[in-house]
Amino acid sequence: MSILIEKNTRVMTQGITGKTGQFHTQTSRAYANGRACFVAGVNPKKAGEDFEGIPIFGTVADAKKATGATVSVIYVPPPFAAAAIDEAVDAGLDLVICITEGIPVRDMIRTRYRMRGKKTLLVGPNCPGVITPDELKIGIMPGHIHKKGPVGVVSRSGTLTYEAVGQLTELGLGQSTCVGIGGDPVNGLKHIDVLKMFNDDPQTEAVIMVGEIGGSDEENAARWVKEHMRKPVVGFIAGVTAPPGKRMGHAGAIISGGKGTAQEKLAVMEECGIKTTRNPAEMGRTLKSVLK
Amino acid sequence: MKIHEYQGKQLLREYGVPTPRGFPAMSVDEAVEAAKKLGGSVWVVKAQIHAGGRGKGGGVKVAKSNDEVRARAKDILGMQLITHQTGPEGQKVRRLLIEEGADIKKELYAGMVVDRGTQKVVLMASSEGGMDIEEVAAKTPEKIRRVYIDPVQGLTDADADEIALGIGIPQGALAQGRAVFKGLYKCFDATDASLAEINPLILTGDNRVVALDAKLNFDDNALFRHPEIQALRDLDEEDPLEIEASKYDLNYISLDGEIACMVNGAGLAMATMDTIKLYGGQPANFLDVGGGATADKVTAAFKIMLSNRKVKAILVNIFGGIMKCDTIANGVVSAAREVKLSLPLVVRMKGTNEELGKKILRDSGLPIISAGNMGEAAEKVVAAVKGMR
Repeated sequence: MSILIEKNTRVMTQGITGKTGQFHTQTSRAYANGRACFVAGVNPKKAGEDFEGIPIFGTVADAKKATGATVSVIYVPPPFAAAAIDEAVDAGLDLVICITEGIPVRDMIRTRYRMRGKKTLLVGPNCPGVITPDELKIGIMPGHIHKKGPVGVVSRSGTLTYEAVGQLTELGLGQSTCVGIGGDPVNGLKHIDVLKMFNDDPQTEAVIMVGEIGGSDEENAARWVKEHMRKPVVGFIAGVTAPPGKRMGHAGAIISGGKGTAQEKLAVMEECGIKTTRNPAEMGRTLKSVLK
Repeated sequence: MKIHEYQGKQLLREYGVPTPRGFPAMSVDEAVEAAKKLGGSVWVVKAQIHAGGRGKGGGVKVAKSNDEVRARAKDILGMQLITHQTGPEGQKVRRLLIEEGADIKKELYAGMVVDRGTQKVVLMASSEGGMDIEEVAAKTPEKIRRVYIDPVQGLTDADADEIALGIGIPQGALAQGRAVFKGLYKCFDATDASLAEINPLILTGDNRVVALDAKLNFDDNALFRHPEIQALRDLDEEDPLEIEASKYDLNYISLDGEIACMVNGAGLAMATMDTIKLYGGQPANFLDVGGGATADKVTAAFKIMLSNRKVKAILVNIFGGIMKCDTIANGVVSAAREVKLSLPLVVRMKGTNEELGKKILRDSGLPIISAGNMGEAAEKVVAAVKGMR
């Protein structure tokens, strides 16, 4: 088992004709069952054409109807990406993974508002994607560093997720599913939502939660863990040295009004029984220490 | 992106938020001209820098004659204004705002930000204006009123009135309070603002509601659709190194330490800074080279890091995914040669083409210190700096 995606998931790429969309569709397709999983592309101007044998449709609804795809991955440029999410939601997809970085916050506020009461889940935007090792990779992460196994990974950052995964794999610990929820202030699934899924997933035995400064998502997730989580969780928060008021790369990584500091997040996580480390080189070993 | 107070007030006026009359001035003569144009008998001379806390730092003065306007403008223009937000070196004042004096009966507060929890814009207002709102939030949180704004409906009359009454705007001025809050939201929404603050919002002796200050920040990701906001950018207020970095699509932020670091990815870059600190060093910067670094980009990054005179060593930490380690290694070698690097350089690289990358570094003949993981890299770079003392 795994969460969100597995080898039978059928995926369409929105933005399949752009350079980024093409490159990552190629690498995702080359990973594990990717060839069977990536079944459609969407571009309103190129319906009827194909990308390396993947048929292109004019709309998400057409692609869904023709191929049965229930998941989409979005590489559409920032000015149009929120509308691409809207289209996927309106077509009733189960899951939308938005890789695009740099979507205006106002667009995401409207898109999230439209999603209320709809069944579609959103991962991202500004995220590396989701991977279930040895089954399916949807996104821009390097597939070869992953290994199938019992550890769930959820993170706001891309390369820091790879760092955690790389350490786990080196220690011989594989992963059930790795979810990059993205570095934007207004996004889809949050740490707490992914932790709930890992809690219910029989394959997952423990979870690494990687966070960063800004907002209070990590604190909310930690409080839920304290009450409900039946599996050990370890955590790391990036940005102990980040100065207040400066946006550290990610739009969401900013300490404002004295809130969202790494110290505060780490303190709440520890209070809630999450084993944390201050040293990002120790994320893997910290996880190993709590595994039964 | 940030703008000046006088620019913020200009925007607010366009959306129906009343402000005192005033004119910007770039010289002492212009300041006196502005006072003459305004007329009246009391003026306020206000330093225009992007940092807050200007009043406490001596950047806001009242003048009661044209000669006093001239004298105060002379004092403030060109001064290094130090506030809690500028850092110890302060910020040079290059622009002034000359405003008519206001008759303040009561100081209030109004602010707007994006609330991440509800994923809506939140209007915050308080009867305790003029002071640091974070202090109000900590000491008397019950004095801050909030309304979360529906993105489709916008701010309703009912919500605006409730807020106005809640912070002590009298019945007689309710329509004005409503206009201020609704105008503020319209401005926030239409300009893709990320933060708006009016502190203080005042009630005048004759019961008018007026924005005495204006602070507006904008979502950088939305600037592409706001050339009118981009035109307000004042490069004098920004760190020259950060401006240079942005030309190469590098994400750079200057810090106070002595160990420069170059990393791919924002989260890993922050984590690398944290690791340096953990091993007893201080990071000199945040630098994310992004996903598509080329040799040229790496060279630019090295030049920017090294123009910070405090830097005593460099740490490169790369997790190659899409970006290949050999590409980075070639970039590092050519950058080190081009800038004739004489400082210790520690490189940790992992991921795609790792062995090839390491070989390029070894074969370069440069004294590059290699590290197997992040912890070891930080330890080695901190030791290198200590060894120099």
